[in-house]
Order: sequence, then structure tokens, then C-alpha cells
Amino acid sequence: MVDLNRRQALAVGAAGFLSSLLVGGGADAEAGDTLTIAFNVNLPAFDPTVGPSSVNPTIQAIYRAVYDQYIGQNVDLSLAPGLLTKWGWSDDKTKAWMDVREGVVWHDGSPLTPEDVAWSIERAGDPKGGNPVAFVWGSLGGFKIEGQRITADVKNFDPTVFKWMAFLTGYVLPKAYYTKVGADGFEKKPIGTGPYMVDEYQGNAFLRLKRNDKYWGPKPNFETVIFKFVPDGTSRVAEIESGSADVTLEIPYEEYDRLRAKPGLAGVCKPITDIGMIFITNVEKEMLDENVRQAAVCAIDKDLIAKKLLRGYATPIDTLDAPGYEAYDPSIKTPYDPEKAKQLLAASGYSTEKPVKFRIQTTRGFKPKDYETVQAIVGMWRKVGIDAEIEVYEIAKHYELRAGHKLAPMAFYNWGDAIGDPTCSTGFAMFSPSPHSAWKSKDLDDKIGPLWGEKDEAKRIAGWKAIDKYIAEKAYVIPLVQYSQPIVFKSSLKVTANATGALQPTLVAKA
Amino acid sequence: MTKAILHRLGMAAITMVGVAVVIFVLLRVAPGDPIAMMISPGASVADVAALRAHYGLDAGLLQQFLVWARDLGRGDLGTSISLHRRVLGLLAERLPATLELAFAALVFAVLLGGLIAVFATLTSQSKIAPVVDTINGLFLAVPDFIWAFLLVLVFGVFAPVLPLSGRIDPSLGVTFATPFYLLESLFALRLRVFLDVSRHMLMPTLALGLPLAAIITRVLKESLREAMVQDYVLLARLKGKSELRLVLEEALRNAVAPTLALTGVQFTFLLGGTVIVERIFSYPGIGNMAIDAVINRDLPLIQGLTLVFGALFILVNMSVDLLVVAANPRLRHG
Repeated sequence: MVDLNRRQALAVGAAGFLSSLLVGGGADAEAGDTLTIAFNVNLPAFDPTVGPSSVNPTIQAIYRAVYDQYIGQNVDLSLAPGLLTKWGWSDDKTKAWMDVREGVVWHDGSPLTPEDVAWSIERAGDPKGGNPVAFVWGSLGGFKIEGQRITADVKNFDPTVFKWMAFLTGYVLPKAYYTKVGADGFEKKPIGTGPYMVDEYQGNAFLRLKRNDKYWGPKPNFETVIFKFVPDGTSRVAEIESGSADVTLEIPYEEYDRLRAKPGLAGVCKPITDIGMIFITNVEKEMLDENVRQAAVCAIDKDLIAKKLLRGYATPIDTLDAPGYEAYDPSIKTPYDPEKAKQLLAASGYSTEKPVKFRIQTTRGFKPKDYETVQAIVGMWRKVGIDAEIEVYEIAKHYELRAGHKLAPMAFYNWGDAIGDPTCSTGFAMFSPSPHSAWKSKDLDDKIGPLWGEKDEAKRIAGWKAIDKYIAEKAYVIPLVQYSQPIVFKSSLKVTANATGALQPTLVAKA
Repeated sequence: MTKAILHRLGMAAITMVGVAVVIFVLLRVAPGDPIAMMISPGASVADVAALRAHYGLDAGLLQQFLVWARDLGRGDLGTSISLHRRVLGLLAERLPATLELAFAALVFAVLLGGLIAVFATLTSQSKIAPVVDTINGLFLAVPDFIWAFLLVLVFGVFAPVLPLSGRIDPSLGVTFATPFYLLESLFALRLRVFLDVSRHMLMPTLALGLPLAAIITRVLKESLREAMVQDYVLLARLKGKSELRLVLEEALRNAVAPTLALTGVQFTFLLGGTVIVERIFSYPGIGNMAIDAVINRDLPLIQGLTLVFGALFILVNMSVDLLVVAANPRLRHG
């Protein structure tokens, strides 16, 4: 037997502890029936209808796992039955009707009722309730329930309200449970009707979900789903590379190319409803000069930006309605033509020797290569006679300036429209009363205004296409590219890309 | 001593009031409107006004401050805009994670820094000395977040033996009675859980602790070098004490006071460092939460977090002051 003195015993103990730290358990994600996703944002709150997180497109992946939307959405943006099996308007568009699915139960076992659906819409439409899109839900009221059918009065006709039912804040919450536990109680123990149930949540760390065996839809693929909140891109790369996660997303395109080439890993990178664009603010005199605006558009080689800077993982666009959107019109083009840009500038007295000068604002690191994209554009502009000074700011500053119509003459931004409806792209970005528009002019408002309540759908979409064409001709905004979303996963899995960018666990399956 | 404590407590209270006022005003004049971040593109002016009123941001600056100060006096820090929960509850939940991490890093830094300083003192005349100084200089030059990325690469990717994120393995499914996971699992003798929590803390602890260890090494080594030529050390050496015993039993006691004071100051920087390190390792402490709060311009939460950080800084400095006084008889007796 070996005798140890006190120091030796301490040393052996310390060595044993240290070695157990390094060898205890390994770093592999749970094998078998658990899916671990290294997610790019934290989940701030569970209520999907109020606060900033409710309008964060990325977080919808989690909300859609726990809750169901009134109306479902396929990966190509088309609508599908959700908790509503059918929906529509009366012929004169003064009533809306919705049929609620039967046989659905909440995670606590109680049945979903039409009262839950009507209450959820009413609650969302309350201007004092904190729903950021209360104006949408408030367009319906006077709910009447007969069996599974809900009929509502149309207070002001909004042709997009059913699309919103598959979009931001369009979730059904449990009336009886929420009323009983209150907002705080709901945050502590949220329940929905979705494919997964909340099992454990640690803010800024992880969310663990368990399969809802009573789910009304297809059986969820995994018994357990773990969302690890890893906002740092480098750490997400390490998570998937080390095997600590099964799937990750939103990593630099260079890393996407490197990782998917590695044995055991695969990738998918498809266009999503997220575009890069440059707002033009019609305040300073340079931006009121149509020649300058058109020259700025002509001088940008979007193909080069998409292919070289964004490694081919972006699609050049000419309108705010991107490919896949309902009002996308491929015939609208704003071709790259630096010579034309020079001529336009010359007509306004500008040249490379005497350039037109203005500021352009951009974020840095908020979107893939945002700052680098603006740098490249400024370089292209310089060659034709535009001298733009870059100002970097935080995204929060952008929102504040935009709401106050105080952006710089040009400002880079990304715009999402996960239902692909023109009201949510061209509409809100270009209509003066919208607090998020930068170009505010009567000629455009006169064209957009009548379309908000247009009851003929074909006429409505044709109207938006005409507006996109008009905007392109007048160069009121500079659409740049539609982004693709990089997703890397273990090759033992199969991931279906979602055009909305929401990486829902139901879109991941065993290969 | 009691008088000194009371004096420092009084000063701390005044400082906290100053911090509260400055933070409140700064946040209101700084760029970034929390309401502008959440208004939908189709919201009308009335919708925006309703949202602003909903979050209590529609009143004037003075009125907002008075309401906030009144609530603060009642121990109510308000409700987080982005997390929809009471700020006090959130802080109570997350602060222990940061405290455990910060103290683990402090203990690690003190032990490592102390050991290297003693070793460097013992080998100061040998060829190893410049090597130790160079390595220490390197550790001093590399900031905590670079250490974090290096550790992620080494122990997360090349030799994936440590967990990269979080505070505990999500699949363990264990529950805790307190938010102090490390201490609770240790005292409850849940060794598997303790080991898992320790493994999750190891990389962030190293990232935070290594730069501080280098600072402690440098300061303590210098203090030891000065102490080692003092008469009482020479006398002890003449008595035949070994170099190791001279350092540990004679020089260290006198050399430790300046190191203690500096460590206290540096510990406050370490607390600041938790913000970025917690982010990199997705560690659910107040530092990580602070970044989200700033991104979302969550004013009530930022105010609460700043007050906590301020209180911690003041508490640490006050404790160090008192420790230095206690450790130094000349200061203790005026």
C-alpha cells in the first residue's frame, strides 16, 4: 500500500479533478432522438404576440415549434391549413369567417376552442396590449361563434389579414390558461398547441423541448429538441464543427463552404425573404435630383457583389418584391450601366472631377458583408462621379433615425417579408405614413394609397407591380440582393430550407 | 475600523445615487429608441404613441425619473421591455451565474499568478527568468476575449473535450433549489452535476482568469523582489532558511498588500470582462443579458444591470480597502 502525505493527497485529488474535467462526457451532441440546434439568437420571451421578439423573424422558428399559427405556411411561402382549416370573406367583404380545427388540445390537455381563437385575435388587436401589429388584428371585431365557425365584422378591409395569420404575432394562445396564470405565469410555464412542449428554459443558454405526442399534425421527428442560444458566429461554427450541435445557421459564407466540404457535415443555402437595399431619403437636395438617383442605381454592379463578395449566395434584385414574392415582376430591370451613370451625372453638372457628395449609412456585421457591400458600392460610385462618405451606425440608431425621417441621404438596410406580400415589402417601405419609409412623396402615395383596401386580388397584385416599375424608373430606392441562408448540419440529418428563414425543428429529419 | 466602514458605506451610497442619475439621463439621451425598434412598418402615429405609453416612455424626462426613483426606493426596478419579466427577478436569477464565474476566475488567477510569482522569484537569477517574463508578458498582452476564442478553437474544435456553451448540459434535466449551481451541487454532493457545471465553467474561467493571473504575477513578483532584499529576510537567510521558506514565510506577507489592492481593482475589470466572455460561451449571466439588453434598448433592464455592476464595483473596492487596512498594521492603527 502506498502512503501519501497531505500534500501528495491534495496533488492527486487536484490532478484527478482536472482530468475528469477534460475527459468527463465529451462534447458530442446527444445522439439518437435528440436534435441540438446551435441557434443564432436568444429567445427573450415566450409570448409570441408582444414586445420586440414577437416581430423578430428568426425567433419565429421557436415560436412555431411551441405554438400554432392561425394559418400554417409551407416552405415556399404559400399558406396551408393551421388551426384554421378554412377561412375567407363574405362576397361584399364586410365579414370574415374562419373554421377552427377540431380535436386539437393544448399542452396541458385541455381542448382548443373557437373562443381561444377569437380571444387571441381580440387581444392582439387591443392597441393598449403591446402587440406591435395591433393595427392588423384590430381590423376585425364583433366575433360570433357558431360551432367551429367564427364570423367577424370587418371594421376596415385589410386584404392581407389572413396572410398575417401565418406571419408575425399570428399565434393562438390559450384563453383560459392565460387568464388564469397571467402574463408572468405564462412566461414561467408557457403552453401552446404546437408540435413541441417547453420542458426547460435558461435564458441566454438553452431551451429544451419535448415532443407533443398529442399533436394534431404529423408526428414530430425528435423526442427532444434543444435550442442552444449561441449568438456569436465563431462559436456557432465551433459548435457544429466539434459535434456539440447537430445543426446551425447564419454563419459566414466562407465558413459554410468550408464546413459543408468536411466529412460528416452537409449544408443547404437557399434564398430567403430577406433582402439588402439602400433607402433614399428625400430631404437633401442631391437626392431630389432624379439624375443623381438614377446614376447611383446604374453604377452598382449587383452581379459582382452577389458573386464575388457574397460568394454566389445572393440573388441580385431590382425591386423590393424579390423572386418568390407575389408581386415579383422579372421584367422590371435596372441594369448595370456605368456609362449611362456618367451621362446622367453630367446632365446635372457632376463628373469624376466634380463629384456629387453625400453620406451613406450602414451597419457593420449586422448582415453578411453589410459594410463591405457598401464599401464596394462607394468604390463603384467613385468611378462615375459620386463621392459618398460612409457612416457606420448601430441598427438601433437606424430605427430611430428612420422613424424620425432623419436617415442620411442613403442608408443600407435589410428588409424581410416572410409572407411575400407586396404590402409588407414595397408598401411599408415606400408609403409615406409608414414610420419605416424613407422616401416620402405625394406622387407615390397617390399610387399606393388605393391599393391598401383593394378587394380585387388580381387587380391589387397588378397594382403593386406597376408601383414597383414606377419606383424603379424614378429610382426612389435601391434594391440590391436577396440573401440566401446558410444552414450546416450533420450528414445523418436532412434539413428542408424554409423561404421565410425560420429553421423549425419540424423541418429537420433523420436522413 | 467601524468608523472607516461607516464612512465608506456612506460614500458608497452617495456614489450609487450618482450612478443611478447618470445612467438614467445617459440612456435617455443616447441614440436608440426602444419603441422605434418594435413599431411595425404599418403602425400609425397613434399606434406608436400607444406603444410608448404602454412602456411608460411617454412622460417627460423628469417625470420618468421620479417614477423610476420612487419605484427603485420600493425595490422595484421595473419590467424588462424585451423579456417581459420583472427586472429584479431576472437579476436575482442571472447574477449568481456571473458571481460564480467571476469568483472562480479570481481564485484561479490568484493561485496561478501567486504560484508563478513565487516560482519567478526563486528562479530570478537563473536562465529561466527571461522565459518566465516573456510568457507572462504574452499573457498580459492577450485580452480575455482573444483567450476565449483561442480556447474555443483548442478545446472546442481541435480537441473537443470541453463543452462550448451554456452553464450545464441541457440534456441532464436536473433542477436546482438555488441559482448557485456550482456551490449547490458541491454542497449537496451531486458530484456528476458539479463536474458538469465545472466543465462548462472551465473555459470562461480560463479566459477571464489568465490576463488577471499575469497581472498578479507581475505585481507580486516585483513586491517579492523588493522584500527579498530587506534586512529581516537577510537575517532569516543567515539563520539558514531555504529560499522557498524565505519567500513564503518572510517576504510574501509584506509583499501581498500592494498585490491585494491591485487585484481588487483588476477584479472590477474582470467583472466587466464577463460581458463579452459570457457572450462567446453563451454563459447565462448578467453580462450576456446586458448585451441583449443594449441591442434591444431595454431601458429598465439596462438600468437594473448598470446598478448591479455599479454596486459590485463599489462593493469590491470597499472590501479591498478594508482588507488592505486589516492586512497592514500601520494603516489599521492610523
